[in-house]
Amino acid sequence: MDPVEQMYHENILDHYKHPHNFGKMDNASVHHHEYNPLCGDQIEMFIRVEDGRIADVRFAGKGCAISQASASMLTDAAKGKALAEAEQLTKDSILEMLGITLTPIRLKCALLSLDTLKNSIHIYRVYVAKQGDATSDHAHTGERNG
Amino acid sequence: MAFDVRKIREDFPILEKPIREGKRLVYLDTAATAQKPRQVIGAMDEFYRRHNANVHRAIHQLSEEATEIYEEAHRAVAGFINAGSMEEVIFTKNATESLNLLAYTLVPRLKKGDEIVLTQMEHHSNLVPWQQLAKRQGTPIKFITLTSDHQLNKESVEKTITDKTKVVAVAHVSNTLGTINDVQEIAKMAHERHAWCVVDGAQSVPHLPIDAQKLGCDFLAFSGHKMYGPSGIGVLYGRKELLEEMPPFLFGGGMIRSVDWEGSAWNGLPWKFEAGTPPMAEAAGLLAAVTYLKGIGMGAIGKHEKELASYALKTLSSLKNVTLYGPRKNRAGVFSFNVKGVHAHDVAAILDAEGIAVRGGHHCTMPLMSVLGVPGTARASLGIYSTTEDIDALAAGIGKVQKVFG
Repeated sequence: MDPVEQMYHENILDHYKHPHNFGKMDNASVHHHEYNPLCGDQIEMFIRVEDGRIADVRFAGKGCAISQASASMLTDAAKGKALAEAEQLTKDSILEMLGITLTPIRLKCALLSLDTLKNSIHIYRVYVAKQGDATSDHAHTGERNG
Repeated sequence: MAFDVRKIREDFPILEKPIREGKRLVYLDTAATAQKPRQVIGAMDEFYRRHNANVHRAIHQLSEEATEIYEEAHRAVAGFINAGSMEEVIFTKNATESLNLLAYTLVPRLKKGDEIVLTQMEHHSNLVPWQQLAKRQGTPIKFITLTSDHQLNKESVEKTITDKTKVVAVAHVSNTLGTINDVQEIAKMAHERHAWCVVDGAQSVPHLPIDAQKLGCDFLAFSGHKMYGPSGIGVLYGRKELLEEMPPFLFGGGMIRSVDWEGSAWNGLPWKFEAGTPPMAEAAGLLAAVTYLKGIGMGAIGKHEKELASYALKTLSSLKNVTLYGPRKNRAGVFSFNVKGVHAHDVAAILDAEGIAVRGGHHCTMPLMSVLGVPGTARASLGIYSTTEDIDALAAGIGKVQKVFG
């Protein structure tokens, strides 16, 4: 198969053009923003946690087809999962969802959403859950460079 | 001798390499780094095989040979940009280091409240060092704004350069927009206000005939690797009377005249600014690059690239759903663009699969991206070996991008 068609297959383009769970959320338990300085891609993720589970998750941001499609697929997969379960998602889970292999540079695009999800959960555990305020709209925004 | 791009392409071995399973390499990323002719590769090989020794250090034959090549490289670069003498040509690591050298050594001449003037189209290398200087010294930075067609706004130039201005640092050619700035005029205005004019020539010296004295700037920074020479060597041209007054940037061997327990006296120009063992084989490579470019003639090269840039401008602006940035006139062979609905990374990835090398991203001009209102662009840039076929291949590649994302 043509390598371009292999990478930009219909499912990826469909998620890119019509991303699932796209947009902001007012009542998020945590929201967090990650940035890839290499290409300028950014993803902001909003998670509402209920009873230790991801009751809802949405994302916003700009990026290439790979980063946006992976965010769309990842948020589908994460929804309904226990936090501990969501934390088990790996690079391979993302590649399996995308159904493609990627060069190291493009891999960064694909993993931006996973980094954002994991760091959101980390921030939730460290800053939000400890205050016994897990279901409030007590949101925290963190930013990390590099 | 007539300019013959076919002949020139034969000098660049990498252009023969099949790319992505047998495709012809269409190299449109010369603004990031230029490919190297066999003359440059051969000169570096020759240096290591036959002349390698430390320069300015020993009286043995090899050191004499290495020193002669190293100094000849300074003389050749001085001739290439019409510097007053080789004393005005300092070798650095790259244009970035040249600009950092200035941002450190001009400090003693700045006092609180003095202003630095930059433009909105500067590369990070001509922005971040000045930002750091501004933080250390309390010298605010003012930015010259752009017109809607991405040239420097003349009114803004006049308003921004004032009696408070001490340094005006400006790109000769924008690495993102391809805009050619009238640095001769800016240098004149800077001098009327008793400010120094620093020109970032990284994108102009390899592509246009440059006469540093005629430009009238005080400093000119550029990189070897963008002018078909090796990486690891750059140049800072500076007017001799200024360089003589400025303190050294880096300290150590080579830059001293004498050292005792209490202190040291500095070496003469340009060595005062070249601490430590310098890039020697790289200087041999840069010498070969300058010799190569002079042999073809910068006038002929400039004409070739100007014709090609017009062709590219015409071709790219005729494409539907493609936004092209930069001016219609006064532009060099640098073309930033976006394909509607497609991220620059995806554009670059699909072109890459076709054997076409372009850059996608912010091109080290993140603040400029906010002026353009986009997170990034794809960028095609031309060089001495570029052809109309390369541009046709790019246009066809963009067609493929649109088909994939259709």
